[in-house]
Amino acid sequence: MDLEYQLIIPEFVMAGLAVVIIAAALAFRNVDQKWFGYATAVGLAIIAIVTAVAYWNTNDDFGTVLAVDHFTVLFRVFFLGIAFFTVLAAVQFAGDRLKNHAEFYGLIVFATLGMMLLAASRELLTAYLSLELLSFSFYILVGFNKLNPFSNEGSLKYMLLGAFSSALMLYGISLIYGVTGTTTYSAIGPDVVEGTRNIAAQLASFAGGSGGVDPDGARPGLLIGLVLITAGLGFKVSAVPFHQWTPDAYQGAPLPITAFLSAGGKAAAFAFFLRLFSEAFLPAAAEWVWFVAILAAVTMIVGNLMALQQTNFKRLMAYSSISQVGYLLVGIVALDAANITQSQDAASALVLHLIGYVTTNIAVFAAIIAFYNRTGRDDIVDLRGLAERQPFLAFAIAAALFSLAGMPLFAGFATKFIIFQAAFNNGFLWLGAIGVTASFVSLYYYLMVIKQMYLYEPEGSDRERFHVSRPLAGALVVLVAGVLFIGLYPTPLFDVIHSSTEGLFEQAAALSAAVVGQ
Amino acid sequence: MDAGEALLLLLLIPGAAMLLTILVPSRHANVVRWIALITTTATLIDSIWIFAVYDFAQGGYQFDLQYPWIENIGFLGENGISLHLAVDGIAAPMVLLNGLVGFAGVLVSWKITHRVKDFFILFMALFTGVYGVYIGQDLFFWFFAYELAVLPMYLLIVIWGSTNKEYGAMKLTMVLVGGSVLIFVGIFAVFAEAGAGTFDMAVLRDIEFGRGFANTFFPFFMIGCGVLAGLFPFHTWSPDGHVAAPTAVSMLHAGVLMKLGAFGIIRLGMEILPAGTDFWMPVLLVLGGVAAVYGAISAIHQTDLKFVIGYSSVSHMGFVLMGLGTMNNIGVNGAVLQMFSHGVMTALFFAMVGGLYDQAHTRDIRVFGGLVRKMPLFVIFFGIAGLTSLGLPGLSGFVAEFHIFVGTIDTFPLFAALGILSAALTAIYVLRLMGRAALGPFNPRWENLKDLSRWEIAAAIVLIAPIIAMGIWPDPFIDRIAPTVAELPNIDQIGGLFTLSSLTGR
Repeated sequence: MDLEYQLIIPEFVMAGLAVVIIAAALAFRNVDQKWFGYATAVGLAIIAIVTAVAYWNTNDDFGTVLAVDHFTVLFRVFFLGIAFFTVLAAVQFAGDRLKNHAEFYGLIVFATLGMMLLAASRELLTAYLSLELLSFSFYILVGFNKLNPFSNEGSLKYMLLGAFSSALMLYGISLIYGVTGTTTYSAIGPDVVEGTRNIAAQLASFAGGSGGVDPDGARPGLLIGLVLITAGLGFKVSAVPFHQWTPDAYQGAPLPITAFLSAGGKAAAFAFFLRLFSEAFLPAAAEWVWFVAILAAVTMIVGNLMALQQTNFKRLMAYSSISQVGYLLVGIVALDAANITQSQDAASALVLHLIGYVTTNIAVFAAIIAFYNRTGRDDIVDLRGLAERQPFLAFAIAAALFSLAGMPLFAGFATKFIIFQAAFNNGFLWLGAIGVTASFVSLYYYLMVIKQMYLYEPEGSDRERFHVSRPLAGALVVLVAGVLFIGLYPTPLFDVIHSSTEGLFEQAAALSAAVVGQ
Repeated sequence: MDAGEALLLLLLIPGAAMLLTILVPSRHANVVRWIALITTTATLIDSIWIFAVYDFAQGGYQFDLQYPWIENIGFLGENGISLHLAVDGIAAPMVLLNGLVGFAGVLVSWKITHRVKDFFILFMALFTGVYGVYIGQDLFFWFFAYELAVLPMYLLIVIWGSTNKEYGAMKLTMVLVGGSVLIFVGIFAVFAEAGAGTFDMAVLRDIEFGRGFANTFFPFFMIGCGVLAGLFPFHTWSPDGHVAAPTAVSMLHAGVLMKLGAFGIIRLGMEILPAGTDFWMPVLLVLGGVAAVYGAISAIHQTDLKFVIGYSSVSHMGFVLMGLGTMNNIGVNGAVLQMFSHGVMTALFFAMVGGLYDQAHTRDIRVFGGLVRKMPLFVIFFGIAGLTSLGLPGLSGFVAEFHIFVGTIDTFPLFAALGILSAALTAIYVLRLMGRAALGPFNPRWENLKDLSRWEIAAAIVLIAPIIAMGIWPDPFIDRIAPTVAELPNIDQIGGLFTLSSLTGR
């Protein structure tokens, strides 16, 4: 088989970049460590731009394992952007509080590589390996603050539960392989159609009382595999009830890694989720949609209710991100096997909300990192009087939190409007209603943070105004502008996303045409 | 008339002022104030122009302007989400009202010295949001503007407010956003049911929704918007919020924001889901009647000036909801008149109370007495607001309430009696208040009080002018409102009052 290696040059370059950064630290021991950070950021930016320009119109497969289509390219650029902003926000933090900077940046690059491969995978084992590359990088990064017991605890918990979830997922994959004899998405699809049709026939024969169980027919293994994979993915995206590791890992991790985990980790898992469910499992939507809908509802409710009680800002953001996962799962629920247009709308809405959420979340964390660089504190009450001390940071945090709560002017309003719309259109009125109510509850705890910043005077020994380092301030301006732009005029972004999700449903469209034809 | 750009300006001018203010360094407080004043002057002129030029002989929606925003992507068809602006005869007076109250609000905010820049940025956001609701014709942007009008309230109250402000601000925000959850669900239900792939109200108005669907989702709009209009029993945020808010914000809030609620019931409920009105409008009328009496009785018991006015707002908004609930042309006409009348009147009330509170640092009615000696202008202006509130003929309140009572007598005579009772109760608390604080024996503690500043006098004049104008010559208002109300779906026609059309026999 001829493999077109030019399709995955960005991935090779990323691997090279990570190795070079780590190796450079050995060669240049006397260089100020922050230059490794800036070099990584520049490298990521160049790769992002070149990838966007060179691959935009590509629509090809790398063997049967990777697809390089619009969707892949969109997510490549997206992940590179996330990594770029994370690194930029991390430079001062790492310089002040961490050791072994080159490894730190190198691992961020490796994690990003894992994300890029994950979004491109169209084969279960490749996806699994990419996910593990991503997860292993994160296990180390979360525990990077070696001397901090919280960091160790978070890392250990994350690793143990992560390994458990990987095992679940692998078992699910093996079941799917056992039933269908294949691990490529495109080959699973038709089998799923047949499997579910057999189930339907089986049920019909039960109802008619005309026969017993056909041993070849039902393929319950397919369903069990599906459930196991969903559960494994649930761990990775931290959906309730698989979310227990999240608050500890978020609190323990160095702040830039918390940002990266909440943005990149989630985005990658959802890219995988979306591609898997729309290319392979879409025909069986009727079987899993209730499962995912309940998962989404519980995640939204529990995430928001738990967030109400938090006093630490990182834990608050952990629960807030859990609730955001609930909103994103609504996008999965809105996939509809019978209606490809609706499915594509749902996928586009999901990706749009994902991009809006990630931009917002990185903005929050960039601002909090700037605050932490100065104060070394991250409880909610420590933010008291921030509006007096650093009005721009306070504005950025307030804008981003309002965006997460889905308030107008900011990204969250437009993207939530569109994602809930997708659920309503697919007949999930109750789920949309829970989502809207949940985001109403979330406004309360976001307001509690905003109140600390704006209502109270600064407290404690350090009440001076302070400056934010230039690269960080620049990144923050860009991110807040992005949040406003998505909120006010998402049209161009939505257009790009909609053209990129089209490829996901080519096969499903062909299959449903075939089913209709029969 | 087809000059929709005038409507666009209503959003662009304050929006641009907001951005401009962000760029001004915060030490130049006066620059910020002048930007705000020039902005609201410009929007006031624009609002007056729109009100004047609105062609009432033609009626319907005018100044139509539509820019597509997202269309033909996925579930969105042509004009899926568009910036669609227009005003009808109901929105035109509301636009004028917002222009007046916003202008007066900037004038009385002149004395704010704490974080002036932030105040006016948020003020402009609120102001823009209110305009957006009155002129928006697309559900997405309508809801956008609705939330935008509610959101800055929290910070405005928390930073510049007084008396229990944390509690008042959080309660207000959560109750109002909770109401908008219902609106949000209702909007989606309507969108999905219509299946037209557009959020354009002009399209949705023409679609006939089934009775079952309308009966199910009408209360989402009625209660969701009604919360903002102080619908009983969801009104308790209103007195707490008004008391906590700074003067200008109370003015905008009671004067304009509460009207958004009643306006939303007309726009979303009565226009889009007319089939639901048969069942739900009597409910609204009953709740409005209860609020009218309950608010008036509560006001009698209050000792804090702002609480008196806060409860009087609940009572007067109860009249508005009663008027809407009658579903006949006179009652609804009266409701819209009352929205305008109560808007300027209550703004005047709050402006005056703010002027007093900033000097006296208390609003307890019991400690005041004989203020007329020290603050004659204050007493005169406050008195005009009070007399409007109790419905003295010759002032705007009379015209509005008369319409409402005539409309109600036709459908629910009992509630007309209740309404008139509550108007009588209003007389009790207003006159008692005046007798106690303004007249009565002079309390020497207030020897050092000064009369209103010239900014406050200017604000008061701006607000009193329409009160008197509407009281003695309501035709310009009724000419615009009545034909539009008559065209609302499911409206009973029970003849006209005071209208040019009734005089000319059309």
